[in-house]
Amino acid sequence: MTKIGVFVCWCGSNIAATVDVDAVSEAIKAAPGVVFATNYQYMCSEGGQAAIRSAVAEHGLTGVVVCSCSPRMHEATFRKAAAGAGVNPYMVEIANIREQCSWIHKDKAEATAKAIALARAAVAKLNLDRPLTAPETPVTKRALVIGGGIAGIQTALDVADAGYEVDVVEKSPTIGGKMAMLDKTFPTLDCAACILTPKMVDAAAHEKITLYTYSEVEKVSGFVGNFTVDIKKRARSVSVDRCTGCGVCSEKCPSKRAKSEFDQGLRERSAIYIPFAQAIPNVPVIDRDTCLKFQTGKCGLCEKVCPSHAVDYSQEDEVITKQYGAIVAATGFKPIGLERFDEYAYSRSPDVVTSLEFERLCNAAGPTKGHLVRPSDGKEPKTVVFVQCVGSREASGIGAMKGKPYCSKICCMYTAKHAMLLREKYPDSEAYVFYIDVRTPGKNFDEFYRRAAEEYGVHYIKGMVGKVCDEGNGRLTVRASDLIENRQLLIDADMVVLAAAVEPDPSARALATLLTASMDTNDFFTEAHPKLRPVESPTAGVFLSGMCQGPKDIPDTVAQAGAAAAKVIGLLSKDRLVGNPCVASCDETLCNGCSACERVCPYGAISYETKTVVDRGAKDERRVASVNEALCQGCGACTVTCPSGAMDLRGFTGRQIMAEVDAICR
Amino acid sequence: MPVESAFQPKIAAFCCNWCSYAGADLAGSSRLSYPADVKIIRVPCSCRVNPLFILRAFQRGADGVIICGCHPGDCHYTSGNYFARRRAALLFSMLDYLGVESGRTRVEWVSAAEGQKFAATMNDFAKTVASLGKCRRIGDLRCRTSES
Amino acid sequence: MQNVRELMIKKAGEMLSSGEVYGVLAWERGDFACDQTPALFTSPESLSRLAYDEFTAPMLSKYLINEAKKPNEGKKVMVFLKPCDTYNFGHLLSEHKVERDRVYAVGVACSGIFSREKTLLEKCLACKGMEFHHCDEVIGGEGKITWDKLDRFAGVEMIESMTPSERFEFWRGELSRCIRCNACRNVCPVCSCVKCVFDNPGSGVMSKSNADEFEENMFHIIRAFHVAGRCTDCGECSRVCPRNIPLHLLNRKFIKDVNALFGPYQAGASLDDASPLTSYSVNDPEPGYKDKAKGGERVA
Repeated sequence: MTKIGVFVCWCGSNIAATVDVDAVSEAIKAAPGVVFATNYQYMCSEGGQAAIRSAVAEHGLTGVVVCSCSPRMHEATFRKAAAGAGVNPYMVEIANIREQCSWIHKDKAEATAKAIALARAAVAKLNLDRPLTAPETPVTKRALVIGGGIAGIQTALDVADAGYEVDVVEKSPTIGGKMAMLDKTFPTLDCAACILTPKMVDAAAHEKITLYTYSEVEKVSGFVGNFTVDIKKRARSVSVDRCTGCGVCSEKCPSKRAKSEFDQGLRERSAIYIPFAQAIPNVPVIDRDTCLKFQTGKCGLCEKVCPSHAVDYSQEDEVITKQYGAIVAATGFKPIGLERFDEYAYSRSPDVVTSLEFERLCNAAGPTKGHLVRPSDGKEPKTVVFVQCVGSREASGIGAMKGKPYCSKICCMYTAKHAMLLREKYPDSEAYVFYIDVRTPGKNFDEFYRRAAEEYGVHYIKGMVGKVCDEGNGRLTVRASDLIENRQLLIDADMVVLAAAVEPDPSARALATLLTASMDTNDFFTEAHPKLRPVESPTAGVFLSGMCQGPKDIPDTVAQAGAAAAKVIGLLSKDRLVGNPCVASCDETLCNGCSACERVCPYGAISYETKTVVDRGAKDERRVASVNEALCQGCGACTVTCPSGAMDLRGFTGRQIMAEVDAICR
Repeated sequence: MPVESAFQPKIAAFCCNWCSYAGADLAGSSRLSYPADVKIIRVPCSCRVNPLFILRAFQRGADGVIICGCHPGDCHYTSGNYFARRRAALLFSMLDYLGVESGRTRVEWVSAAEGQKFAATMNDFAKTVASLGKCRRIGDLRCRTSES
Repeated sequence: MQNVRELMIKKAGEMLSSGEVYGVLAWERGDFACDQTPALFTSPESLSRLAYDEFTAPMLSKYLINEAKKPNEGKKVMVFLKPCDTYNFGHLLSEHKVERDRVYAVGVACSGIFSREKTLLEKCLACKGMEFHHCDEVIGGEGKITWDKLDRFAGVEMIESMTPSERFEFWRGELSRCIRCNACRNVCPVCSCVKCVFDNPGSGVMSKSNADEFEENMFHIIRAFHVAGRCTDCGECSRVCPRNIPLHLLNRKFIKDVNALFGPYQAGASLDDASPLTSYSVNDPEPGYKDKAKGGERVA
């Protein structure tokens, strides 16, 4: 039986002027469990806290009720005071008789009666409170970043600079991601490689950073502070340690029919290849699907020509297991496939290209060495039509969706950039941009767009392109509508550039399952709070960096990557994590194993195991739920979903809330 | 005293800790009054409100029950109020079906900044419940004590 | 029906003889006329007692919870499921109460079940359909609904059209007959918690008798909410109630609301669907969608 002391605060006159504090402390003495009651001018003051201490010593209190201001104000204060007096800090309840009583009522009798009722409810709840201990878990001081694009690189650099070890897992043979494919960046038109590659080199050279390229996360277990991750290092067939990156192997390789992923399929590459000149690591990988040695057993030329004996056909996939305290998802994006947008003739004409392909065509290291020409005949284009929002901002509900409901955010700006690059390269060319809206929020963004329209003479036309026809004579006919002039347009074009919507990288979905991190309907990772916790996943210890959380441009991505790093550093800087003890717990003797709680848990904190349950001597082997207290945040969704009442929430148990209900309804 | 009658309905208000309870605090610090028989029970999230609590309140003599939570999309726990919304929609419809007038039950989304809305909601709800009179339907008379 | 019974005995005999299953859950003649009762057959010889006719009302899926758990050298149990019982079976599978690979499920054709008074049962009048779900095989094929079907929700709509006072009086009249025999709970395939909240002193709602007004007020509401979003509408609760309380009208109210508010849903039809109360949509309607301002009718 809890021995309860009740302390009624006057809060100067804030409470005492409207509530008869003597009457409250007198009346509450009759409540079950109450052995002591008093009132004091300022309970939160040192004097008030001393009153708690001396009453605990004198009356052997095991629980404390403070009738005062909102618990949001001073619950922590009184818990600390109780702990100082030797009472379990979770054996403290607050009756809010200021905000909920004295401040809103004028009639003293009425306010006093309500204060007594609120005090009774707090006593009733405290009678059912049990001492709780905040759980503590150690923290592994290493972070895992999944994805080696600009987001992942930035997060890794920031975390590593703070002195913590970081591993970066990248599924392609090199880090760099999509940014490495870009030519220039808006709104400054500086070259992407010039600002990205130094960061890639920094990451590779950093003593605290380990890069796992051509690798994938295969399994994740554990929880915040203590994740165990299996990383599959796919066989490169080339020893990273021996290879010097001289490139002879690629040169000599006889199999040159694979499409270069890095160049968006605009050129062929060899079976043993380095994606691009500044790749990191600068070590080739053998694409076993197109390698003659692997396909036919004959060849082996690369092994022969390699001066450092780095080629190793016998290499196998390797799985390494490591521990991490925090995990950052930085899986990035890809442009959507345009197979379903037949009206733009993308699959029929090589001169209809995506914006990313256009980037490669402009890039000095690209398939055309920076000479912007038509893929079909290598001629310089004179008239180029840019189509924005291809697959973005699609209205839902009209048949099956071809594209995405959201705005891809970056297309307006990069299309303006493309149009400017074109006009710069060929001053006699014409650039037409078809748009729904031009959206340019961001520093120097609108100025940039206006420069394209006003100084560079790009024709901006509000309207959609209805159809692109490949006339077969090297000409493309673009049928479009101009919504402002209200007329139909027919444009003879040399090239059409489609600003395809972005979508999360397809690997994100499987990763979310591994991390038990939630996703929205578009497969972007969900934030823990859309406004206040934008770089944290609802799953504790999992953080979000870059496009995997939603469409972003490079400055936003880098800013978010830094923010995620700050959160990771904050976590890793702790030696132990102190958790919230007010979490769900499962009474196994009542659990049906039905999985309802697992379905509603936003944190993936509930798992199931088959075990022997002993209930008063009777043994039964069955499936029961267990709560990972490090992940549970204590919302209580599971407790209400549970049909048998097996799930309960410590500190807010069903019986406690019912006792409060009884107390206020009497 | 309100003009209608001396009848003061007993109202149990379940408020989530993060938004609505803070909204109630703001109503308090803004000195916005609402009837004293509205009494608040703090829960971590509106999804912690078990239908059993609501039935219990009616059984023990409440005349009205209101659940307040964060606005949809703003839940501290991301999804709690969405589950609460579904449960409440079904339970309140069922109570109405059993003869407990729909005016005695309510769900309102009140943010931490909406002290004004909290007080206005409680005043309006209390008025509605008062107009319906004492809830004799689910209340078990024997559960009530004779004192006070 | 006679033909179906023979096919059932043949299949059951084969399965028992081959040792593929250790037992067969089916029906035998009960103590009273027109009363078939569930039975477990473990030998081919005993199958002559197997009964199946138009009075074979009980559902068998709930018995699987215990039968499919017994070790029996890992052998399966065979069960006969009528179309509406296959939803119960699906529900039990989705809540992991029954392991699918411990059961050989055989659908049996149904042509409507009659009461002892030779009238079609209410649940059959409002038949949900004759298709089978989750079965390994089906005997007798899909039956046909040869009678004028009742609208499943007509009874609910009738009550909804009453005033609150009338509704209250209606339910008080019905529920006050409850003798708290627990038949509705015990027959319900969804009500299969290892320990029922009404038997659990820690739940705060424990009650074992009709000593107070609890039944009228609480028991049936809590029970209905506990099965909300999970009830397959098999109608067993109403069928077994010795006081003829139309309990299906509570369950169907929830089903009707779920369909209207959150989209059509049939519990037990699919094993993948999240149930209505363990899922949500950001566009769900607000509670009290009907008319918040009106506030119902004043009680005298």
